Amino acid sequence: MNEFVLDFERPLIELEKKIQDMKDFSSGEDIELSQEIKRLEKRAEKLRAEIFANLTPWQRVRLARHPKRPYTLDYIRLIMEEFVELHGDRRYADDRAIVAGLAKLAGRPVVVVGHQKGRDTKENLRRNFGMAHPEGYRKALRLFRLAAKFHRPVIVFIDTMGAYPGIGAEERGQAEAIATNLKVMSHLPVPIIVSIIGEGASGGALGIGVGDRILMLENAWYSVISPEGCAAILWRDRAKAPQAAEALKLTAQDLMKLGIIDVIVPEPLGGAHRDFKAVAQVLKGKILESLEEISSIPPERLVAQRINKFARMGSIVE
Amino acid sequence: MEWFQKVKRGLKIQKKKDIPDGLWIKCESCGEIIYKNELERNCWVCSKCQYHFRINSAQYVQVLMDDGQLMELDPDLTSTDPLKFKDTKKYSDRIKAAVQKNKMKAAVRVGAGKIAGRPLVAAFLDFSFLGGSMGSVVGEKIARGIRHAIEKRCPIVILSSSGGARMQEGILSLMQMAKTAAFLGQLSDAGLPYISILTHPTTGGVSASFAMLGDVNIAEPGALIGFAGPRVIEQTIGQELPEGFQRTEFLMEHGFVDIIVPRSELKEKIATLLEFLWDEQA
Repeated sequence: MNEFVLDFERPLIELEKKIQDMKDFSSGEDIELSQEIKRLEKRAEKLRAEIFANLTPWQRVRLARHPKRPYTLDYIRLIMEEFVELHGDRRYADDRAIVAGLAKLAGRPVVVVGHQKGRDTKENLRRNFGMAHPEGYRKALRLFRLAAKFHRPVIVFIDTMGAYPGIGAEERGQAEAIATNLKVMSHLPVPIIVSIIGEGASGGALGIGVGDRILMLENAWYSVISPEGCAAILWRDRAKAPQAAEALKLTAQDLMKLGIIDVIVPEPLGGAHRDFKAVAQVLKGKILESLEEISSIPPERLVAQRINKFARMGSIVE
Repeated sequence: MEWFQKVKRGLKIQKKKDIPDGLWIKCESCGEIIYKNELERNCWVCSKCQYHFRINSAQYVQVLMDDGQLMELDPDLTSTDPLKFKDTKKYSDRIKAAVQKNKMKAAVRVGAGKIAGRPLVAAFLDFSFLGGSMGSVVGEKIARGIRHAIEKRCPIVILSSSGGARMQEGILSLMQMAKTAAFLGQLSDAGLPYISILTHPTTGGVSASFAMLGDVNIAEPGALIGFAGPRVIEQTIGQELPEGFQRTEFLMEHGFVDIIVPRSELKEKIATLLEFLWDEQA
């Protein structure tokens, strides 16, 4: 099997495999073997705790990029009861790097928007690795306006390395598309719950990321620029990405301290990719809680609170 | 022979050089030697090839505001170093050096003043201050400027010149995009006009927030305007970019800039637009 394994996961995965092999081999009668299995399981548990209790920011970035990590459509499948995907921005094209549509969440109709990465090379080409063009942001905008028209809350999933930097994207106004979304989202008269599920880089993330509650998975990252981009500019060396990841304060824990996010969503030990169902259940609970907190606030106050929330962000000396 | 003409007509590439002191200045584009006073009278535009020299916020105040006057709002707001950021240098040292060099405390001047007799709020980003990058202070000053315009019920003009969000303040810089855009939404709700002036260069988090949101977007000729920087795009797609890509004229062709206005006509054009858009209230 062609398993993708991160270097710091390897000792654990190898041990787990060994345990599994022994389990497959023993029929349960061999007492000596089952004792050995128990011993190894204890060791695995300890190892898991050791590795994952002290992740560096760069290790978290790599976990957030784990190709087996759940993506937006996985969460939609596991969290929502029904989903009807809507395509296209009615201007130019359908950008598959962003999925959008109508869904039911705990029996309640909602509008869903999220970045979507591909699982394999073929799908990644189709989805442009989750890096949206202007038409993606304009599709999202169309759905935001639809949500306002029909008084539906908006559920957003963020997972992108950034808005795509290409010729077509510039020709069709990447900057304008993102800017317009920021303005419209900040004033949208319905609740917006944003969850950062993997990567959140720069305007490409924020372009669908203005909301009333910002949730973030434990091993996701969110920053003004990718660690590699930052390293290339400030250190003039992309290999300094681990240092940049450290300096940028991009982990959920950091962002909580900086007052950017509201909720850290815990992941199963070992990362979200180890148990899709478990992490989806936890996330669903947090989304519903957040929605509950704000769904009775009248639209005008909701918008005022949202603007206030972002107005307070920053650090200055008068 | 044709070759000579080509050089003359060729694309005016703006370079990063600051304007040197001295009585005579060589045009960075066509090489013409220009008398400094004449250049100043001509708003730092080469009279021969129309190349727009890069100027700082104080110079733009002179060019645009009546009597060169801007009553600055919050001139003392200063950046902190919330992330204790250090790359090859400490961010706190970078700020100190920029403050000293530019004799201002942030990368933007925001204030109240008049253009052609019309009271308004004006903001001028300054590329010479850490590349005009937007951190907490730039975002906050622009937001307060917008709020001031709403309170005084007057228009706002924002002149952009910025490489984008300031990396050294991390996510806090990113959030200034949302903050400024949110305040512009309130300005729209109040029915007040916003004129955005895009100058060389306007990219990244500044173009993807307030700079692109003008009721009217004006750009100086030949300015680099875009979301991603040209180097990033070249690296991503692995090919050279076409000539004129992401320049003012390209933006106009693709529908993102309303008018191209040379610097010497900016003031007059702003006055005309405001007259057309906005009835001053007593």
